[in-house]
Amino acid sequence: MKISKLHDFMETRSFALMVGILLTVMVGGIVQIAPLFYIDSTIEEVEGVRPYSPLELAGQDIYVREGCYLCHSQMIRPLRDEIERYGHYSLAAESMYDRPFQWGSKRTGPDLARVGGKYTDDWHVFHLTNPRAVVPDSVMPPYAFLNDKKLNAKLIGAHLAAKKAIGEPYTDEMVALAEADIYTQVDPDSDDIDAFLARYPKAQVRNFDAQPEITEMDALIAYLQIIGTMVDFDEYQANINDNAR
Amino acid sequence: MSDHKKVDEHTGTETTRHEWDDIQELDTPMPRWWINIMYMTIVWSIGYVILMPAIPLLNGYTKGVLDFSDRDRVAVAVEQMHADRSARSQELSNSSINEIIGDDGLYEFAVQQGKTLFGDNCETCHGAGGQGVVGYPNLNDQVWIWGGSFDDIKYSITYGIRAEHDDTRFGSMAAYGRDEILEPAQINDLVQHVLNISGQQADGVSAKRGATLFAENCSSCHGVEGKGTRENGAPNLTDTDWLYGGSAEVIHETIFNGRNGVMPNWNERLSADQIMALSVYVHNELGGGE
Repeated sequence: MKISKLHDFMETRSFALMVGILLTVMVGGIVQIAPLFYIDSTIEEVEGVRPYSPLELAGQDIYVREGCYLCHSQMIRPLRDEIERYGHYSLAAESMYDRPFQWGSKRTGPDLARVGGKYTDDWHVFHLTNPRAVVPDSVMPPYAFLNDKKLNAKLIGAHLAAKKAIGEPYTDEMVALAEADIYTQVDPDSDDIDAFLARYPKAQVRNFDAQPEITEMDALIAYLQIIGTMVDFDEYQANINDNAR
Repeated sequence: MSDHKKVDEHTGTETTRHEWDDIQELDTPMPRWWINIMYMTIVWSIGYVILMPAIPLLNGYTKGVLDFSDRDRVAVAVEQMHADRSARSQELSNSSINEIIGDDGLYEFAVQQGKTLFGDNCETCHGAGGQGVVGYPNLNDQVWIWGGSFDDIKYSITYGIRAEHDDTRFGSMAAYGRDEILEPAQINDLVQHVLNISGQQADGVSAKRGATLFAENCSSCHGVEGKGTRENGAPNLTDTDWLYGGSAEVIHETIFNGRNGVMPNWNERLSADQIMALSVYVHNELGGGE
């Protein structure tokens, strides 16, 4: 009865038991977690996904600050009915520059993974200012104060630098121009517009909230309008073998 | 503690060999059924590893005998859904409104699909059940800015209003104040005139001056009598139905800043049969038709 001897041995020596538990958990952890860092299909390479522009990033910070993720997920699962309602299922790559990720775990409101371009800026301003004016049954709190709160653009350069330091493909130029790019993105007549769009392809350039100042409303809507629009699903075949997960 | 087994004499069960103040702990074995379930889970996991994607390797992972993939499965499910609908969808996009109304099954199909699409895409602006919101027209009443016939409604849905499409419906209400087309006093006169023709209390003298200004600046779109023209999407100003509001303040704001509400063109987001279903829903279940 060798096994029961070992059992006895472990059971009666707390240090041996501790080491045993540690080893078991370690193996489980390594098998489950470590491969995610080297297997290619963890995050498939997808054309179009780029780091957020400074204004979009500022918007995401507001999204996180206000706790939008508590009621809105950004994760369309590969299920027929979700695809029918929200659009193509989410790819891991689409949230690779979200820190923290915004998948969420609860849908009190609808999923927002493909909300970009679905509504007009006007509608977003209207809805964020007073959700029940457009959706009578909504339980979403109003965020009217975003209209009046000027966006603090001072720290955005440092934010980009920090993201660059942990490996996001921001260039030195992007970091240097971060604050200026906030102003560029709300001004379609800006001289720097072509260079800006080269830095951040598909970024939407306009005055999002129709007010002369750059408010937090501008930033949040810029972010909402880019979510889920970076990948062109006419081009990308998610379930062909090379991309299959 | 010794290595000798100790058996409790009352129960016949081994003890843990601990002893505290003469009290000993029984080492009762786990029940057999519990142990068996644990063995079964181990057997199950072996089967699962063989059948399903499981073990990470250097450059990928074992795909499993079943070659199971969520993505393949959902691709099939979506295709199946379209296949299930395709016969009716085809029929829908090839039928005229009268044929659809004449065919109960097809009509039901259109309305059900239209209602769902309306909830998903239209209610966010036009309100629950198309009741309308300030700036977004009520679709249940008889007032139609761009026309309420089936073809008009379908055109509006397909190409949108002031949308980014070459065939979109277009009309522009200029910002008479902001762009300094008119003097502030002239705008006040215009406001009085609009109040007057819409049957509200107005300053007669001012309204009279406003009438001249209206003929010069507004009548080309809103018509000489202010009853509106469909081709420009210029609303009737003589009724009690207002898109943005009929108070003096709101009318002033409208003339000062202009109004150019946008409805997206849906032909790029929705398929032809979906647009057909939506049009049927808005025309026959909401307030379409004239």
